[in-house]
Amino acid sequence: MNNFSYSEKKDTRSGFGAGLSELGKTNPNVVALCADLTGSLKMDAFQKSFPERFFQVGIAEANMMGIAAGLTIGGKIPFTGTFANFSTGRVYDQIRQSIAYSHKNVKICASHAGLTLGEDGATHQILEDIGLMKMLPGMVVINPCDFNQTKAATIAIANYYGPVYLRFGRPAVPNFTDANQKFEIGKAIVMKEGKDVTIVATGHLVWKAIEAIEVLEKNGISAELLNIHTIKPLDNDAILKSVMKTKCLVTAEEHQKNGGLGDSVAQLLSSKLPTPQEYVAVNDSFGESGTPDELMKKYGLDSVNIVNAVNKVIERKNK
Amino acid sequence: MLNNNDLEKLCTQVRRDIVRMVHAPASGHPGGSLGCVEFLVALYFKVMKHNPSSFKMDGLNEDIFFLSNGHISPVFYSVLARSGYFPVAELNTFRKLNSRLQGHPTTHEGLPGVRIASGSLGQGLSVAIGAALSKKLNNDSSIVYTLHGDGELQEGQIWEAAMYAAAHKVDNLIASVDYNGRQIDGDVDAVLSLGNLKAKFESFGFVVIENNKGNDINAVIEKLAEAKTFIGKGKPIIILMKTEMGMGVDYMMGTHKWHGSAPNDEQLKKALDQLPETIGDY
Repeated sequence: MNNFSYSEKKDTRSGFGAGLSELGKTNPNVVALCADLTGSLKMDAFQKSFPERFFQVGIAEANMMGIAAGLTIGGKIPFTGTFANFSTGRVYDQIRQSIAYSHKNVKICASHAGLTLGEDGATHQILEDIGLMKMLPGMVVINPCDFNQTKAATIAIANYYGPVYLRFGRPAVPNFTDANQKFEIGKAIVMKEGKDVTIVATGHLVWKAIEAIEVLEKNGISAELLNIHTIKPLDNDAILKSVMKTKCLVTAEEHQKNGGLGDSVAQLLSSKLPTPQEYVAVNDSFGESGTPDELMKKYGLDSVNIVNAVNKVIERKNK
Repeated sequence: MLNNNDLEKLCTQVRRDIVRMVHAPASGHPGGSLGCVEFLVALYFKVMKHNPSSFKMDGLNEDIFFLSNGHISPVFYSVLARSGYFPVAELNTFRKLNSRLQGHPTTHEGLPGVRIASGSLGQGLSVAIGAALSKKLNNDSSIVYTLHGDGELQEGQIWEAAMYAAAHKVDNLIASVDYNGRQIDGDVDAVLSLGNLKAKFESFGFVVIENNKGNDINAVIEKLAEAKTFIGKGKPIIILMKTEMGMGVDYMMGTHKWHGSAPNDEQLKKALDQLPETIGDY
């Protein structure tokens, strides 16, 4: 297989902070808003360098979304920052009416998504946000996999006109993608070619899939890995092309099984190319307190779960 | 510039538009619309510096207005059309299939004059603050106006926005409240009292201006002029404007029942008999 290595672990939220700071220097229309989580979102550097373009709104997320929508009217490109839970479910109606339906150029940037938020527990571990956001007409949904990709995505979405949901996380994870990568919204990345099974993974699960592939290779299974950083619009062509070759597929995401990446892929395949599919996702459950690693194991989002799902789906294919 | 007599004639015509617009699809919100005619006419024909013939979303160097209580779309659409944003004949499409004049205002169909969707209540003050901050960043000295229902102030987001506007000295914003005391389920005091609204906004840090004659075009113009004197002085501004829901149609006044009901044929005739055609029906 391709040799995936990394020299350090870094959190994806810091990739966002780095991207935002760079945008501050290069795009004078970029402004940022935060609801009392500047440190957690790594927005401090932008705040320090561009204080006149930074708006601390306090713990008032609904107001933050409305202000962001209004800022676009004078040509600004607002990036809102808070936890994923407070970026979506808490403010769904504000996003729906003032941003999505009004087609405002707001970038909703959401940290601490999923189980890997860890010890704070289920009140903060949103596992429904991809589903909520992808259902909104015209909303782009992006879930990058590591620091470098999150930084690249942050920079790329400023050059796209329209509402975007950018989802990232809290823990330090392997930083394995190219620091100088070109980020194309809606374009899947073939991380590794293979012939027996397609693994479509997003966010933190991309590295878990790489770990799984190492195990699978030892067992003589050749897996193809697609890094789907953009869940909407989905790269239908890349998925269909891969599945035509492998004839079975596993989706992997840090999200509920209901309404996530897996469902988007299933919708595509059921209408275009019915294919055996297995999901690696949380099965209709809230999370709980624990370390990120413990939680990923307990809720079935570890590399071993991907290996098991691959074995199962290949068995189904061969029946 | 129109004189006050012209403005009064325009108000009567806008009232005719409103009742005809809601009658045609048998749907819409005449009560609050009729109560806010003087305010919208004053704003669009006398107070705001704006450019109806070439609408631009960014509103740079123009005064801009956000209707937060989007259900009073009939008065908004009539005034937009009558001031030249789109043909008055289009008022005939209100609430019908394939229309730009949706039940509640939206940018989705590209109707000139609308800069945000509204309808789900409580969001417009936040949006207006954002637009006002954008103007400051752009060194644009023009003004952002909003209108809110009094019932709408029961939404929590309004108070998040009010806190922000005062704390961050958003002083290029003039909000107004249609203080008619009524909402769908009855009197505001009976549904959920707003308490001492003036004291509430003052304690939040607003300049509060009271207008007890919200259906008197001269009083509305005067109070908006007074509000403008506070622009750039470090505080957001709000006008509490007493109006009469259903103003101009006798049987729609003194009750909340015409908040969201349309007149039938007979009721339309009765309403139009009280509102003579002045500058021409659409």
